[in-house]
Amino acid sequence: MFDLDKWQEILGTIKKNKLRTLLTGFSVAWGIFMLMVLLGAGNGLSNGVSSNFEGNARNAIWIWSRETSMPYQGYKVGRAIQFTMDDYDAIKKMENIDKISARYWIGDRIYSFGNEYGTYNTQSCHPDYLGIENLIISQGRFLNDIDLEHERKVMVIGEDIRKALFKDTDPIGQFIKVGSVPFKIIGVYTEKDPREGTRQGLIPISTAQRLFNAGNRIHNLALTTTDISKSESEKIEKNIKNDIARRHKFDPEDERAIGLYNSLKDYVQTMNIFSAINMFVWLIGIGTLIAGIVGVSNIMLIVVKERTKEIGIRKALGATPGSIIGLILLESILITAAAGYIGMFLGISLMEGINFAMEAQTQTQVGASGDQGEIRMFMNPTVDLRIAISAMLLLVAAGAFAGYMPAKRAASIRPIEALHDE
Amino acid sequence: MGSSGSGKSTLLNILGILDNYDSGSYELGGKLIKDMSEKRAAQYRNQTLGFIFQSFNLISFKNAMENVALPLYYQGVPRKKRNKIALEYLDRLGLLNWADHMPNEMSGGQKQRVAIARALISQPKVILADEPTGALDTQTSYEVMDILKKINKQDITIIIVTHEHDIAAMTDKIIKLRDGVIGDMIINGELASFKKSYTKDKAIL
Repeated sequence: MFDLDKWQEILGTIKKNKLRTLLTGFSVAWGIFMLMVLLGAGNGLSNGVSSNFEGNARNAIWIWSRETSMPYQGYKVGRAIQFTMDDYDAIKKMENIDKISARYWIGDRIYSFGNEYGTYNTQSCHPDYLGIENLIISQGRFLNDIDLEHERKVMVIGEDIRKALFKDTDPIGQFIKVGSVPFKIIGVYTEKDPREGTRQGLIPISTAQRLFNAGNRIHNLALTTTDISKSESEKIEKNIKNDIARRHKFDPEDERAIGLYNSLKDYVQTMNIFSAINMFVWLIGIGTLIAGIVGVSNIMLIVVKERTKEIGIRKALGATPGSIIGLILLESILITAAAGYIGMFLGISLMEGINFAMEAQTQTQVGASGDQGEIRMFMNPTVDLRIAISAMLLLVAAGAFAGYMPAKRAASIRPIEALHDE
Repeated sequence: MGSSGSGKSTLLNILGILDNYDSGSYELGGKLIKDMSEKRAAQYRNQTLGFIFQSFNLISFKNAMENVALPLYYQGVPRKKRNKIALEYLDRLGLLNWADHMPNEMSGGQKQRVAIARALISQPKVILADEPTGALDTQTSYEVMDILKKINKQDITIIIVTHEHDIAAMTDKIIKLRDGVIGDMIINGELASFKKSYTKDKAIL
């Protein structure tokens, strides 16, 4: 009951001083609004760029062969390196390797089914390729170890090929001709990110090597590492390089003998940039917020000055210093919290609105042009609830902080002097 | 009584436990008041003292009833109960019809009567009145003094600070302050002669 009274007392004061409360609240609402918009924009940027990593596993390493650029153990410069299945087997045995697939390209061939045909690219791989490229199987299944073991002539086709050649026919179990060689369709894949394209036929690597006389040669290797840090990933990278250098007899320092791309390194670097941007955004946002809080503190000081007499009366009538501090402090907290909530609500609504509009736009774009969109730089510019809640707590703390000085001053008012103040 | 700077306000501060003193002693209701914590002082003020001021000092955004009820708020009396009590006191001072009015809708005399009701509501032992008639015309002043006299009869001590001799003459005891020290003290019977000196003062003026 007593507490309720206290709130009624504060609400009464606020109601009687609407304009003052409004002006005080505005600065805080603006501060938190800006913080939310900035955070949302920062998130949008970070989401947009990190979505570009979505098409592949984030901890993937790709290795391909090139020509040596340094003489080594009597070998000349400019010697071509050729990977074989031995490299696959050796690297597969190394520590912290999660998935690994060798790849061998057959190049563009004419695919035909019934009267429909088109030129598509065929690639052979291991079953692990599914997880490295983050492919989604929309129908049937992916390649498996038994397909490889028996060198089966089976194929997983991309969604684009299915659409072009099969139309409404269920492709699973049908035979597609690649050149003159028939392959049985066992599955259809799509990509999470439509920009990656689905214009490839995937076949078992063993089948490809036999059918196209590749022996045990392979073109490149793709692998993912188990959940490890950037430095560990770099160590693996180095181990692989050394291992290949030893087996193919080239200088381990030779940067051009093989090509290697480590997506984790890239990802971590990009994410570092974004955490820096994020920090910057917080810095600016909190700066704006502090300006708002100083405003509240300032206005509360004026309020206390204005209310000197009233506070003097209250003290003379038996208000304890604690209750006076409570009165000013709670008013300050109430104003900051309510105004902050409004600012936060508006900020989040704005960002959600932008998000909604952007998503609608992306939908129509994808619908119109099919795929292969430009690289996305901005996506889902929203603030997650946890940050919003911590901002809310920050506000209450800020309100308390803003009210503290003025409240202290109010508590030290001497009633008789205040009341003689005519 | 006393001229400005004679220490009236300081004395009132000390009596009202709003200020500490360096030497001497102050007993209120048989209890020595010295170096109290602000919180204890506030409780004492709330329960044993009532204040009346020259400029009424009602809270401008509260109506008469809420103003009167304020001391009870600080005693922790529930809203409904304290508003009921406040109405009783307003009734006693003939202001029941004005309970819903804001201070700026009332005359000076009415405001002071609201202030008196507020001072009374906590049933204090002592009422400290700082120039209670200072802002009122003569007739209203006398009405207010009548009320205060009646209250005084109900065993509540009233200490009035005033510049006005006619107001002083209505009291039982006059203490004159000069340069921070108590000068003359005039008690009951001697008031007649004080009245004479008061007329003499007037003659000189």
